[in-house]
Amino acid sequence: MTGIGRRAVLAGLAAATLPRPALAQGARGRVVVVGGGFGGATAARVLHRAGLAVTLVEPAETYLACPFSNEVIAGLRPLSAQAFGYEGVRASGVTLARTSAEAVDGATRQVRLADGTTLDYDRLILSPGIALRFDALSGYDAAAAGVMPHAWKAGAQTELLARQLAAMPEGGTVVLSVPGNPYRCPPGPYERASLIAWFLKTRKPRAKLIVLDAKDTFSKQKLFESAWKALYPGTLEYVPLASGGQVTAVDPGEMSVATDFETYKADVACIIPPQRAAPIAAQAGVADRSGWCPVDPVTFESRLMPRIHVVGDAAIAGAMPKSAFAANAQAKVCAEAVIDLLAERTPSAPKLINTCYSLVAPGYGISVAGVYHPDKGVLADIEGAGGTSPVDAPDSVRRQEAAYAEDWYRTITAAVFG
Amino acid sequence: MRTGLLLLLLATPAAAAPPGASSCSGCHGAPGGAVPSLSGHTAEDIASSLAAFRTGARPATVMNRIAKGFSEDESRAIAAWLAGGGQ
Ligand SMILES: Cc1cc2nc3c(=O)[nH]c(=O)nc-3n(C[C@H](O)[C@H](O)[C@H](O)COP(=O)(O)OP(=O)(O)OC[C@H]3O[C@@H](n4cnc5c(N)ncnc54)[C@H](O)[C@@H]3O)c2cc1C
Repeated sequence: MTGIGRRAVLAGLAAATLPRPALAQGARGRVVVVGGGFGGATAARVLHRAGLAVTLVEPAETYLACPFSNEVIAGLRPLSAQAFGYEGVRASGVTLARTSAEAVDGATRQVRLADGTTLDYDRLILSPGIALRFDALSGYDAAAAGVMPHAWKAGAQTELLARQLAAMPEGGTVVLSVPGNPYRCPPGPYERASLIAWFLKTRKPRAKLIVLDAKDTFSKQKLFESAWKALYPGTLEYVPLASGGQVTAVDPGEMSVATDFETYKADVACIIPPQRAAPIAAQAGVADRSGWCPVDPVTFESRLMPRIHVVGDAAIAGAMPKSAFAANAQAKVCAEAVIDLLAERTPSAPKLINTCYSLVAPGYGISVAGVYHPDKGVLADIEGAGGTSPVDAPDSVRRQEAAYAEDWYRTITAAVFG
Repeated sequence: MRTGLLLLLLATPAAAAPPGASSCSGCHGAPGGAVPSLSGHTAEDIASSLAAFRTGARPATVMNRIAKGFSEDESRAIAAWLAGGGQ
């Protein structure tokens, strides 16, 4: 190859890959990531790939994924399809601390772990997910969840709800309580309502599902409501806030769910309570009074505590929903920003994408998508982009979106845990 | 020395992603699934697909909605990064 030829190749390569190798310009430092879910495991892998020393702190041996767990509840797949070990993350070279983070000291930049060790950090990334609030709904505490499952963290709760539905009497009543915003997975309760209705219609056709909602509008509403009308008339009854849908108290002994207007007797009650960021966020001083974590939309650095970044469900990410897709996308952007910051470069403004699929029946998928950018200090929707599947699409499109949903799950879990 | 630099560039796992690019691998993975893989496509292919999704010339379920969030230049940068092995 001649000198000119080499230069041409170099120029071509530089143009093709954008001339900014992630690490080449000397990012150095220790990064600790807390939480090995969709956000944290992703961030740790990106940082490690760039050559940084990173420790991922996660107590669980097996991660149980929430996406598609509504299918487990409806008896459409086993819980084992939700389980992912950390062998892949470890094999990728990430150092794992199999314990939980108990305390963060933002002044000394240290994380104290439950096993007694302490980790120093130059940058800390928190992706700890949510805590269910057991102080928000009268009668709904941790013990009540053993009778009226939330099933909003995948695992024993998911199986409990699936078992209760399978064992329910023929003409029984299921009550599903949906919280106000914000909460993990905005369309999730409506996907759950759909798949429970599908289960009832196919297995216990005389049974009913009552959905009590603390709000009047929700994600993919037109699509859900038109599907419910077509598929589940007489099975699924939706009660919005305006019709008295807000649940104010539950009584697990009586199996009753109360609004200001009515008390519903349930054979099975699924109560999705209000939520906040997992406790380590408040402990670290990065959660505000809302219980969630305000962040910079370029770097995901906390607005409250320097050098601590928050991604995923725990973060206040503007227009981005609390989804696994978003947690993964945010983690990649945040990790790149951390690499830049450690190399004393200024991170450039990102764009992020979200796509969330929901199943309203087996083989019937719908989606919502969005593209986001930092605007006036928050992550805002890019106007003209995103939106939901068309309301009047043919069955073939619904089938295709159901197939895409499955494939999304396969791809993202392989990327994060494989 | 130039060869050394070339090797360094080739060995670099991934250059920093242009805006939006790192989100793509949320759905697009290994070949063989329902969602098309992006590996093995040229930058021109990817950029022209994005342009066709943006105008609606190419029918889609979701890419039409996503492509509208990116300008022509941003789409080209994403296409170049993906074709260069970014993920
Ligand atoms: C029913 C349901 C359906 C859903 N469907 C979809 C879907 O179809 N598509 C989609 O994109 N999203 C979906 N989601 C949302 C998705 O599950 C969450 O948005 C996603 O899990 C958020 O990722 P995360 O990393 O923020 O938190 P998580 O995935 O919850 O991970 C947090 C991790 O942090 C760990 N952790 C917490 N505290 C500590 C500590 N102190 N020390 C160490 N580790 C700690 C936890 O053990 C956990 O492993 C769904 C959710 C539900 C409930």
